[in-house]
Amino acid sequence: MNFSSSSQPLIALRGVRKSFGAVEVLRGIDIDIRKGEVVAIIGPSGSGKSTILRTINGLTPINEGVITVGEIRVNDPKVDKVKLRHRVGMVFQQYNLFPHKTVLENVAMAPIQVLKQPRPQVEERARKLLGEMRLPDKASSYPGELSGGQQQRVAIARALCMEPEVILFDEVTAALDPEMVKEVLSAVRKVAEDGMTCILVTHEMGFAREAADHIYFTDKGVIVEHAPPADFFARASDPRTKEFLSKVL
Amino acid sequence: MIADIQTFFRHLADSGINLTIFYDAFDFDRFVKGLGNTLLLIVLSAFFSIIIGSAGAAVLTLGKGPATVVVRAYVALFRNTPLLVQMYFFYFAIGSIMPVSQNEIGLPVPLLGSFSWAVISLSLYSGAFNVETFRSGVGAVHNSYEEAALALGYSRAQAFISVTVPLALRFSFASLSNNLVDLTKATTVAYAVGVAELLYVSNQIWSDSLNTIEMMNVMLLIYLGLTGAVVFIINRVEAATHLPGFGLGVG
Repeated sequence: MNFSSSSQPLIALRGVRKSFGAVEVLRGIDIDIRKGEVVAIIGPSGSGKSTILRTINGLTPINEGVITVGEIRVNDPKVDKVKLRHRVGMVFQQYNLFPHKTVLENVAMAPIQVLKQPRPQVEERARKLLGEMRLPDKASSYPGELSGGQQQRVAIARALCMEPEVILFDEVTAALDPEMVKEVLSAVRKVAEDGMTCILVTHEMGFAREAADHIYFTDKGVIVEHAPPADFFARASDPRTKEFLSKVL
Repeated sequence: MIADIQTFFRHLADSGINLTIFYDAFDFDRFVKGLGNTLLLIVLSAFFSIIIGSAGAAVLTLGKGPATVVVRAYVALFRNTPLLVQMYFFYFAIGSIMPVSQNEIGLPVPLLGSFSWAVISLSLYSGAFNVETFRSGVGAVHNSYEEAALALGYSRAQAFISVTVPLALRFSFASLSNNLVDLTKATTVAYAVGVAELLYVSNQIWSDSLNTIEMMNVMLLIYLGLTGAVVFIINRVEAATHLPGFGLGVG
């Protein structure tokens, strides 16, 4: 747990606004995340949680505001996307593994093709990561041959193989059968305990409470409440937060 | 062995079924040449039409502005006009304004002969259909795969080549199979510009030997065999590239 607020934030969002057509999904978002922190974003569906994540690695361009990752200004139209996505990894709800590539290729291809790192070195790292994700014998399988939980752990290894500074987890257990949620959450927890800065959008309140340093609660495109988990779950002040928690807890 | 076959078909001819191509060396030769030209037309036109189709689909997917307008216009023109008119247009209209050289005895030699024009025409015709085939294949690939590649630092073009295209091809086989079967049958149109393909030589044979009905039946069987072979080959490629848990058919 790292609550030191003296250091510069690794990731900062200032006054971020985003509209899809006439619908304004983000209406002024401010977030600071420091290196090594684990931040959970929770809130009702449609509140803009996933959009916040996707703005951080530039998958969703914003209309207004400033987003910085280290010294990279994400909303600069001339931003170096390779540099940004080298630093910010992402794991998706539907895993999005490449079905035509083996597990090992899925994990190793981006560092080889995008970062131009030497293949033997990347593959060694990829095998080590698959071992840490408890999938050492699946390297030559295709994603379609794995269970959802296994695929999601491959996706986590794929994000880690880029050696990012922060990983965005976008509802990574929402598509899984209940018995597989646990294995993926423990994989995420391991990543967080190893010191990776993590931003999680999740519906797993128990996990958010245990694993996160900070919880942000979003509703209708704004951050309603922001607190450490102990305070958040025990003493939520805003009526919207209370209503949400009464439904999910 | 060959003598036995020839004897058999001579006897068959006496009983009213006159298949000259199986006992007459001259008819056999020109029939084989015609079959060879038909096969060459199919292979070359299929090859170029697939190249045209992929390039066009890539432009429609990645490009914007004038390039996509050109591709759309090309597809509209070649898909919506008759192949025979297109082939005449190439051979008689464009062919007539092409430079003509002379051979050593002073006879005119066109830069492109009827066979080349037939390949060009068939490739462009079939290519227009293949553009739509591959474009729909690209459309069938969920954009979450491209997004995953983008999140890993791939550029749009890199993601298209490394991720979208290999998956899109797997969605394209059924429609590509249709187009190539159609192309196989469409090679007979090359007859109209004087390419000595199967229909052309068969016409010569039945004109000389007066065995129209027999040759018609031979033609039908051969084209059935050719289209069957095209479908077989594509099915084999499809099976060889099948991915567990992905695409059409059983996972």
